[in-house]
Amino acid sequence: MAQAFFGGIHPNDMKAATNKKPIEKLPPPARVVIPMSMHIGAPCKPCVKKGDQVTVGQMVGEAAAFVSAPVHASISGTVVAVEPRIHFNGLPVMSVVIENDFNDTPCPEAVPPENPDSLTVEQLTDIVRKSGIVGMGGATFPTSVKISSGLGKVDTVIINGSECEPYITSDHRYMLEYPEEIIGGVKLLAKIFGVDKVHIAVEANKQNAADLLRLKVEEEKAPAVVDVLHCRYPQGAEKQLCQSITGRQVPPGGLPAAIGCAVFNVVTTAAIYRAVYLGKPVTHRVVTVSGSGVNEPKNLLCPIGTPIRELLDACGGVKKETFKIMMGGPMMGHVQYDMEAPIGKGTNAILAFAGDEERTEEYPACIRCGKCVSVCPMHLQPVFMYQYERAGKLEELEKANVLDCIECGACTYICPGRLHLVQTFRTGKQKIMNARAAAKAAAEAAAKAAEAK
Amino acid sequence: MDYRDLNLTGSSSPHIRTKDGTGHIMGEVMLAMVPALGFAVYNFGWRALVNTAVSILACCGFEWLYRAAMKKNNTVPDLSAAVTGMLIAFVCPVTIPYWILIIGDCFAIVIVKQLFGGIGKNFLNPALAARAFMLSWAGAMTNWVCPRASVPIWGAVDAATAATPMSYLHANNLAGLTETYSLGDMFVGVIGGSMGEVSALCLLLGGLFLLYRKVITWCIPVSYIGTVAVLTFIFPRGNDPVTWMLYNLLGGGLMLGAFFMATDYVTSPVSKRGQAIFGVGCGLITVFIRYFGSYNEGVCYAILLMNLTVWLIDRNVKPSRFGVTKAAKSKEKEAAAK
Repeated sequence: MAQAFFGGIHPNDMKAATNKKPIEKLPPPARVVIPMSMHIGAPCKPCVKKGDQVTVGQMVGEAAAFVSAPVHASISGTVVAVEPRIHFNGLPVMSVVIENDFNDTPCPEAVPPENPDSLTVEQLTDIVRKSGIVGMGGATFPTSVKISSGLGKVDTVIINGSECEPYITSDHRYMLEYPEEIIGGVKLLAKIFGVDKVHIAVEANKQNAADLLRLKVEEEKAPAVVDVLHCRYPQGAEKQLCQSITGRQVPPGGLPAAIGCAVFNVVTTAAIYRAVYLGKPVTHRVVTVSGSGVNEPKNLLCPIGTPIRELLDACGGVKKETFKIMMGGPMMGHVQYDMEAPIGKGTNAILAFAGDEERTEEYPACIRCGKCVSVCPMHLQPVFMYQYERAGKLEELEKANVLDCIECGACTYICPGRLHLVQTFRTGKQKIMNARAAAKAAAEAAAKAAEAK
Repeated sequence: MDYRDLNLTGSSSPHIRTKDGTGHIMGEVMLAMVPALGFAVYNFGWRALVNTAVSILACCGFEWLYRAAMKKNNTVPDLSAAVTGMLIAFVCPVTIPYWILIIGDCFAIVIVKQLFGGIGKNFLNPALAARAFMLSWAGAMTNWVCPRASVPIWGAVDAATAATPMSYLHANNLAGLTETYSLGDMFVGVIGGSMGEVSALCLLLGGLFLLYRKVITWCIPVSYIGTVAVLTFIFPRGNDPVTWMLYNLLGGGLMLGAFFMATDYVTSPVSKRGQAIFGVGCGLITVFIRYFGSYNEGVCYAILLMNLTVWLIDRNVKPSRFGVTKAAKSKEKEAAAK
């Protein structure tokens, strides 16, 4: 092993609350709300209507573009509404609402192909596309697009089991309880990309998972090697993981394919196996429910589209001091207001905080300590980027490479002056993108005007 | 359970922050100075402690007064003013009249720090700028009592005075210095000088604590002390370069300067490479002043002068952009050549 990336932070991983708790099945919810957008790319078009009977695994939203992923019913029952509903992004999004008949009737079409071992790469990619597989570590980029755009360029396939965000243990438990699925997926990815050694990257705080995977790799003679990485956030960020495994750096604005890497989350890898060998699309996922506000932290296997409320109820509810509930990890997760919002394909955790985790100041003040510079894994200088944004100097901000920022939040975590650094950079990036769009529109209008003359 | 009853807040990520806030860090800096303070009390009596207390209180008082008068938020709890107060007491002789000390505190907090916007905005180290200003009272600021002298807390000081190691070094009198103070005395601190600067041992202990707690990085202390060591070893005065070097390292304000003054976050570069350059610059100027200046100690002015170059260092020392490695650059050049 392995080169290191620059910077990073060492927050308390807080995983002890759930990392020894086996995955539990969530009691079946009465209804689920399946949003048409749980991925990066074009939203799906609903292909069922109110009153339709649906079965588990039946497609309810079809992909409307190349960069998209279809969605499937996660329970069987009756479609009671097709309308915009509150989404975990905080806005109403077109959704299919299904009332549970508690029969879990499987979809007759969701059957494995007859000879999964002799499928071609094109056929495999097609199965991945039809099964609605997206990056299940949270980024939710359609996996079929990642595969087809990486073919021929990729020489290093990395399976991401680093799970570097504090609190989350869903990937950890999945590795411990379903290692065969992951190894099966690894073999498929090795075949798709034609590589003879797939890297499975696991952080050192999941040594038991790494040992188990190593054992399985040996048993099954899988074309893989397990790399145990230092615990350091953001070890699991795609660019940093590529750097840790290969020493190569993804060029600015580029994708890992540009340096011959493709990164797949462990659960995504397992989903590929399930799609190809069991014929099952993505309908369920494991969610860690944890944090100081949760009465009984758990790892839950939930149908996608289950309201957050059901997950919290299954964990004994939350303490009344709870001041923040979020989806995803504490470093990059999104705050939730409405507990009716459903969980999506990329939801790895629901966290509730009732303690002193936040530690904000009414009057943040920079003391120029440079800690933000020393932790930034993208080699940026947050201290100056902050000043540029606050002073409205967008040109300087862009020259400081703010668009390289991966918004991991390491600078904000470490800042002793409690500055809202990454939050400011999000605003700054948006302003730059808006200015670019405006400039482009103006240039086009000018070109049209010139043509008209 | 009805989740609508919860009083939920919203914000964008991240949702957790480290425990080590500004007040926490400043507290650790003060803790790291406690051994040196203890030795000052041993060496010069209880007046050392009273000086420190007066200076801390005065600095916090001026900070509070200015912020209140300007209707700004109270920044006393971040403890940066307290650190400044402690440092000002440390760089003065123990015999300094309290009124001069308080004027120095006022200058540091109001003129050097608050008029430029308060914490994080000053471009000079407040404690050192105050020391430079207080040298207007040259007699009071260079009244060095003998080690282990008894200095009264109140009233006229009639303790015996003695030359400091720095004045021996300035006069090229290494033989006289080695007769007066042994290397052991120099290291432990049983010498004359500014009350918080004398004990290299205690300051090293404090500095190591700060390094261990990751409050400071090794870049500035190592590059600063290293530069002084190399220069004094290569250009010794007398024929014993090692002894000359050691006395130069242990005498004067070098240890306090290198671990507690030059490492001041606000007035040092933000990047590690920048900090190394800053440290080397401090070392060069310190030795230059000690060798060629009319004043026998250069640490204070060296750091102040380098403070003025920080913007220049920060502007020119930048980390390499992620993804733009040497290999990628040469490829680009090849492509351009084609």
